[in-house]
Amino acid sequence: MIYEISYTALAFFLVFVGLVLGLSFYFGRKTSSSSSYYAAGGQIHWGVNGIAFAGDYLSAASFLGICGMIAISGFDGFLYAIGFLAGWIVALFLIAEPFKRLGKFTFTDALNAKFNSRAITLSASIGTLIVSVFYLIPQMVGAGDLVMPLLGLPHWVGVLLVGAIVIFIVASAGMASTTYVQFLKGGLLIVLSLILTFFILKNGLTLTPDFKGSSSHYTFMELSPEVQNDQVVSVPGWEVISQQTVGTKTFVKLAQNGVERWFDWTEQDGQPVLKEALSVTQQPGGPALYNGEVKESRKFYQVGHMSKILVNGEEVERTGPVGPFEFLSTIQESEIIRFLQVKFSDGVDEVSVYYQQSTPGSSFLLPGLKYKIGRDANLWSKLDFISLMLALFLGTAALPHILIRYYTVKTPRDARKSTILAIAAIGGFYLLTLYMGLGAAVNGVMDVESSNMAAPLLAKAFGAALFSIISAVAFATVLGTVSGLIVASSGAIAHDFIDVYLKKNLSDGQKVKAGKIAAFAVGIFAILLGMAFKGINVSFLVGWAFAIAASANLPSILFLLFWKKTSSTGIAASIIVGIVSSLAIILTSPTMWDLYGLGRTAAPHQLENPALISFPLAVLTVYLVSLWFPKRDAVVSQ
Amino acid sequence: MHVNNTSEEKESLTKRKSVLGIRLFFVYLICYAGFVAIGVFQYELLAVPVLGGLNLALAYGIGLIVFAVILGVVYNYYCTKYEDEVEQAVEIEEGGRA
Repeated sequence: MIYEISYTALAFFLVFVGLVLGLSFYFGRKTSSSSSYYAAGGQIHWGVNGIAFAGDYLSAASFLGICGMIAISGFDGFLYAIGFLAGWIVALFLIAEPFKRLGKFTFTDALNAKFNSRAITLSASIGTLIVSVFYLIPQMVGAGDLVMPLLGLPHWVGVLLVGAIVIFIVASAGMASTTYVQFLKGGLLIVLSLILTFFILKNGLTLTPDFKGSSSHYTFMELSPEVQNDQVVSVPGWEVISQQTVGTKTFVKLAQNGVERWFDWTEQDGQPVLKEALSVTQQPGGPALYNGEVKESRKFYQVGHMSKILVNGEEVERTGPVGPFEFLSTIQESEIIRFLQVKFSDGVDEVSVYYQQSTPGSSFLLPGLKYKIGRDANLWSKLDFISLMLALFLGTAALPHILIRYYTVKTPRDARKSTILAIAAIGGFYLLTLYMGLGAAVNGVMDVESSNMAAPLLAKAFGAALFSIISAVAFATVLGTVSGLIVASSGAIAHDFIDVYLKKNLSDGQKVKAGKIAAFAVGIFAILLGMAFKGINVSFLVGWAFAIAASANLPSILFLLFWKKTSSTGIAASIIVGIVSSLAIILTSPTMWDLYGLGRTAAPHQLENPALISFPLAVLTVYLVSLWFPKRDAVVSQ
Repeated sequence: MHVNNTSEEKESLTKRKSVLGIRLFFVYLICYAGFVAIGVFQYELLAVPVLGGLNLALAYGIGLIVFAVILGVVYNYYCTKYEDEVEQAVEIEEGGRA
């Protein structure tokens, strides 16, 4: 899509980043010991910590990814919201308190509290590092996406900017400042989403979303062609250039005043109709054409609207303000126009056409548009659905940057209270994503090239101010999550690996210094990955991070907490098996095969989400290995 | 001895809390698995309108989110109650010895 610089957004953005950096400096001066670097000295209030939990969790994947996926695939995006929240049940009921009683600074410490085993230290720190990196990639990609409309800068500049700021935050302060940043951001995100949802409901549903003239609703053209022998021969006012059949669809290229556009050939009441589509044409050695013209002509429209609104069985133009239930039930009865993408070659040009697909609201609000479990389902797609739901359910409790937040409050009682506050805040937010996602789908704000911007673009339709604040907060979201992850991974490297595994016996000051150097290194690595993975779906990538976390970390945590015979060898083996099996399945998945350029169908298996296989494998490993290699000196020290 | 006594009490408290947590976990697990199972085996059921005209998929999904929050509050209520009981018992005991 075409974006221009928004100076209001820029101003808000600078204020926000300034605030964040100011906070970091303030808390940075207080950070002297290693416990205050890694765990904020265990002095954070549970209420602050709860909202910070929510802030940590509501990453780019939640705000940008889920809203975007709901806007494009309807209910299937909401599946992520359901699963992400359900994961907290595992965290609260099984992990939170026992974990708090065990631990010191990091995930590895907690696993190792009873054993003092070098094998655990090594495998757990590798696990932490890999999960953190997989979680970092989508955050960095999301940051790049955000910066394009916010500052009018290219994707890589955004990634670099986030990386640099975060390295600075983490290197200057550590956990205390990331907690307050997360608190601020988590709170703001929820308040802003409430405001946005209020506007969506107040605005109601309409066939022509023009926001009282503040944005222009574009009505797509419909032409009546003359057809002979399955060929479009003439269209009044247009010159017929060519036609192309892709699968069951046929697209026709027409020209008017020297501008070429693509149309989707459909039938209406037995008559052929050409419906206008959006197109991006990549010419070899020339600029990309958006709807046949250069970017600057602004002929590439935002899309997504309702083609039919039914209220109590009657068709209406607009509903006026609606209640939260009415909003959902009206969409369920009505009809939505979604835009689907096809790619093909037109001579030497590579063309992406986005054509209109009329979708009944009743199927939009059911699972199945992305994860096929009803119509057109096969065994693989059903297994994939189960595997995704399993990874989301089990992944949360095993994310290293979520786990370290248990240590930032004083008592287990406080850890529990902050977790419940987090669940309430996150649950409330996820209910709102349903409204924001659907709101974006029906209000003509979607950018067909990137679903990640659905929520911010919807905010833009309601006014520049709301857009600016939401973009700035979304950016801060990425900043906060990335800093939390980098603290977790620098802890894994500096504390677990250098201090404990290599037995360097660092002094307190040296530990902090090692952590900061590690943070710098991980930050640079994350910047490079963020640039490399541009264009990959954010929520989808996060699903992978959850699957790896669930397979690598959760079996060992659960066995350690609930099975007395668990041995250190069992834990180390389970972590390694979890990482290797989930990574192996991911790297041979259809999506990766497509990325390698080998084609989806050629992949060795058709499973996109690895948890269904890798989690049971890791569970089996910790059980069997613990039986074969039982504990020798069970409790080394207390 | 006094110190041993309190740590034994703490262990029983820990046990009570973890038993409660595990029970509530399984309650939620069954509900969550139920949703996945309906999706995989009885997909058509999800389209049935149930609550205020909303289909089962939406009602169940929203329900799962709300239910998680409710279970969390219930868990906190009982854990806090258990902890207060133990604290009171300790105070009474200490008072008796002083």
